[in-house]
Amino acid sequence: MKSIILKTGSDYLLPLLIMFSIFILLRGHYLPGGGFVGGLIASIAFVLHFFANSLENTKNIIRIHPGLLIPVGLVFALFSAIIPLFLDQAVMTAQWMHEPLPVIGMVGTALLFDIGVYLVVLGVTLTIIFTISETM
Amino acid sequence: MKDNLIILPVLFQLFSAVVLLFMWNSTPRQKITSVLLSLVSLAISAYIFANVYQTGIISTQAGSWKAPFGITFVADLFSSTMVLISSVAGLAVSVFSTATIGKNRLRFGYFPVLHFLIMGLNGAFLTGDIFNLYVWFEIIIIASFVLITIGGEKDQLEGAMKYVTMNLLASSIFLTAIAMLYGLTGSLNMADLSLRVAEVQNRGLVNVTAMLFFVGFGIKSAIFPLYFWLPASYHTPPFAVSAIFGGLLTKVGVYAMLRIFTLVFEMDAFLSNLILVIAILTMLTGGLGALIQNNIRRMLAYLIICHIGFMIAGLGMSTTLSFSGALYYLIHDIVVKTNIFLVAGLIFAICGTENLKMAGGLYASHPKLSLLMAIPLFSLAGIPPLSGFWPKLTLIKASFVQEDYVVFTFILLASFVTLFVLARLWAEVFWKKREHISNDDFFCFNDYLPKEKAAMVFPVIFLAAISLFLGLGAEFINNIAWQIASELSDPSKYIDIVLGN
Amino acid sequence: MAIMIGVLYAAGIYMILRRSMVKLIIGLTFLGNGANLLIFLLGRITKGKPPIIPSDASLLSDVYADPVPQALILTAIVISFGLQAFAIILVKKAYEVVKTDDMDQMNNTDRDDHEG
Repeated sequence: MKSIILKTGSDYLLPLLIMFSIFILLRGHYLPGGGFVGGLIASIAFVLHFFANSLENTKNIIRIHPGLLIPVGLVFALFSAIIPLFLDQAVMTAQWMHEPLPVIGMVGTALLFDIGVYLVVLGVTLTIIFTISETM
Repeated sequence: MKDNLIILPVLFQLFSAVVLLFMWNSTPRQKITSVLLSLVSLAISAYIFANVYQTGIISTQAGSWKAPFGITFVADLFSSTMVLISSVAGLAVSVFSTATIGKNRLRFGYFPVLHFLIMGLNGAFLTGDIFNLYVWFEIIIIASFVLITIGGEKDQLEGAMKYVTMNLLASSIFLTAIAMLYGLTGSLNMADLSLRVAEVQNRGLVNVTAMLFFVGFGIKSAIFPLYFWLPASYHTPPFAVSAIFGGLLTKVGVYAMLRIFTLVFEMDAFLSNLILVIAILTMLTGGLGALIQNNIRRMLAYLIICHIGFMIAGLGMSTTLSFSGALYYLIHDIVVKTNIFLVAGLIFAICGTENLKMAGGLYASHPKLSLLMAIPLFSLAGIPPLSGFWPKLTLIKASFVQEDYVVFTFILLASFVTLFVLARLWAEVFWKKREHISNDDFFCFNDYLPKEKAAMVFPVIFLAAISLFLGLGAEFINNIAWQIASELSDPSKYIDIVLGN
Repeated sequence: MAIMIGVLYAAGIYMILRRSMVKLIIGLTFLGNGANLLIFLLGRITKGKPPIIPSDASLLSDVYADPVPQALILTAIVISFGLQAFAIILVKKAYEVVKTDDMDQMNNTDRDDHEG
């Protein structure tokens, strides 16, 4: 599919969509949003770019193999589960910092878990789509 | 802090899988790491088992949400025994895999997925929440889908289609049942459900829900009318995968059934009779199916079905004695079935075929190995004093005490059929003189490196030793089974501990 | 809503019973969605009453929507997303290897003379 409009548009949409996905990720705790949705939006950004350009170009932008995002994300999620263990509380008990950080807001282990989910979803979706389109 | 211990088997397997994922490109390192991590997880689960055995049920609330609302993890003696046994099987399979799984499979992440699978199993055993049980089941089936299709040969894909379809259907039914249960009671915690289901006025709907659960778990554990996917798919993947499937996956269904039908639903006469009839038919069809098979693994797959029948019969009779028989059988069956599929792998490695007609002469060429393989075969057949004998004795005693002579007859009959099938296997593979088959490109057992040979034989020895222990230490195991059975028939302690903290 | 769930279940089962593999996957998807809606329905739908405690009270006094079914459905959707992605790739692979879409042709592994 070659369309100059889509091609030019997707170049600008990619960073915008990724920023939007991070915004969705961060507002997730009290408002609609979160890691899963954010991850999906980020992967849509890449898929759009891949439609407009080609698989090689998109892969060049990402640089690392998307499959690598899966274990990294799992590590984040695992940490969010075991941090309370060191503080002598039950597994996955949410821990919060007392002062909100600028821009991000309240930071806790739930956010860590969400970042993990974000990365895993991004990794899994991109791996699936790239694998399918490579064999086509 | 000590309560958190029980979630460690799950977290540790997740950790192992992640570590292995990071080693994506280096298969030799994956092999060593996987075996080491399995050893550690075996140690962890043994420690938990010892703890639960001494102090009683331990429970913890994930995220510190109080019991009926949050997700609870509970380790009673039943769960911790199952976790221990599955770690044992996991270790054996992991060692066996290092020698037998080809490079094309290892490159696609065989080992991480194996650890994900065991994580799912441990989670399913330890959870005290019915929706969480569903989630663990899904993790198990996703991991098992990958394991069954990895490699992508034609037979594998065909078998996988059937396997995937039936399992997806089973999870939809399971999910529907959960929806009904939630609609009826407004709770998902199994201990809480146990109290609330008893209060529901609409008994008809409760029975329908119970039936949906029975069908959902029934597909997973391959009971009578729902077992056709199992012999169609279990013989297609590599032997190590067959071993963990045959040893553990169907048994998770049995575990869930034992849990749900003792804790959540009351066994009434109708349910009990239905389960008994299905158990008898399962034993019968499984046994008869095994008689006519020529492929070793297809034969063993039918034997799995046959022996699921024993456990379901124990559940159906629903006395403490029959529960303890079923539980002992469950413990024995996981070890022996895993081992026997590994033995089938060894036979394949030596004879180069899975077909009974073509194999032969194993005793003449490898007498020591044959004696080793005889241990799991005979303990599966239930020859005293090996481990298959004692649970069958308990089950027969239970049916005799209840004066349920039909069940009594069929258990005996199914045991005879099993014995006959295994005798046929023994005669064909070990005693019969081997016909010469010309396959030049076959990679013979003697061509394997000594290290690989050791990796193939060691897990068989390890599991055979455990099944010997299960047989010779029958009194100890029987005690444990009895203790679990009394916990199952009187769940009030379980409920108190879960809701109490 | 109840009728819709019934239709989804019926259509799903009908599709599963067809011989085509693609229809099989669609049928399983229908069943999954039907089950999700069933949870939603049986969780007693309450409109416009979020389970949020006002800052000046410590307990919910009014009738409120039960948050649990939503959590369950969300989890179930995520799980079925993964499973369906897998199933679709499997069907595609199986089609490439076996060269047929017809389930009746896929009985190789059930035959006794078959060498595994």
